[in-house]
Amino acid sequence: MARIIVVTSGKGGVGKTTTSAAIAMGLAKKGHKTAVIDFDVGLRNLDLILGCERRVVYDFVNVINDEATLNQALIKDKRCKDLFILPASQTRDKDALTKEGVGKVLDELAKTFKYIVCDSPAGIERGANLAMYFADDAFVITNPEVSSVRDSDRMLGILASKSRRAENGDEPIKEYLLLSRYDPKRVKLGEMLSVEDVQDILSLHLLGVIPESPSVLNASNSGTPVILDEESNAGQAYKDIVARYLGEDVPHRFIDEEKKGLFGRLFRS
Amino acid sequence: MSLLDYFKTTKPNTAKLAKERLQILVAHERKSRNQPSYLPELQQELLKVIRKYVQINQEDISVNFESDDNQETLELNIVLPEQPQT
Repeated sequence: MARIIVVTSGKGGVGKTTTSAAIAMGLAKKGHKTAVIDFDVGLRNLDLILGCERRVVYDFVNVINDEATLNQALIKDKRCKDLFILPASQTRDKDALTKEGVGKVLDELAKTFKYIVCDSPAGIERGANLAMYFADDAFVITNPEVSSVRDSDRMLGILASKSRRAENGDEPIKEYLLLSRYDPKRVKLGEMLSVEDVQDILSLHLLGVIPESPSVLNASNSGTPVILDEESNAGQAYKDIVARYLGEDVPHRFIDEEKKGLFGRLFRS
Repeated sequence: MSLLDYFKTTKPNTAKLAKERLQILVAHERKSRNQPSYLPELQQELLKVIRKYVQINQEDISVNFESDDNQETLELNIVLPEQPQT
């Protein structure tokens, strides 16, 4: 049985596409056949983050409109044999995605893939609603910042009421919190909401904390999902998140400030 | 400001403020999220009926819906003017 994961946040710029790319790569590297779909019609970017922007021939909307087959549109990742990317269309037609069309593509993917990761656009428009409609699991990406937390709570309301599972009266979507751009130093100074604060407000199961890290920009610059940068905090955080999602017991990291020795103080920032 | 004061002043904890603001806001928004969608319409119609008899303003009437595990309550609160106008 395929498992459909939506990566959502409501607010833009919190790290949905970074996270979609990272966890899709992480799942594929664990040997699970994974497809990652860009739902941001008109503002395609997942291809860029995954470094396959020059290999896009057909897209999600072409498949929905039967202008291309799914196999023609899926881009096979060059670094991992189990990862496939379905890029968004750059059309400006807001109605390009339909519930039936998306459902059809997901059903077909479900025949051969273990995990289907849906990268939601920001906002609560059609693309975002369709990205979450068919989901089994939701990764809610939140920054420790007021507007992001509020929007995440709003998404939780929509997840609970406007999904296929809600409409059919099935078991609700499993929701997980991913707290990104976390800075333990500022939390300690009382300048940033802590993990506990955000959990108190949203009452969500924490899948992991991704620390604010320069490696995220470096990764996107080069079109490499940050999870492949195993040296970086963010890369390790995503690796932990994938492992936890797959049921491994991995203790949380990056919540407290790392203790630097004298040399660390001298040579690192 | 003496040197001692400089060390004593602690920066305001803005994270605490953020948490308090969010807790209030989120609780409020969750409450209204679970309300039935007919509430605003109900409020308007009630207002129209009551205005036949007493002149009240929009803000003098509040309709609240609350639900817990075993019951749902529809609370209607109308503030009448001090001098009833007939």
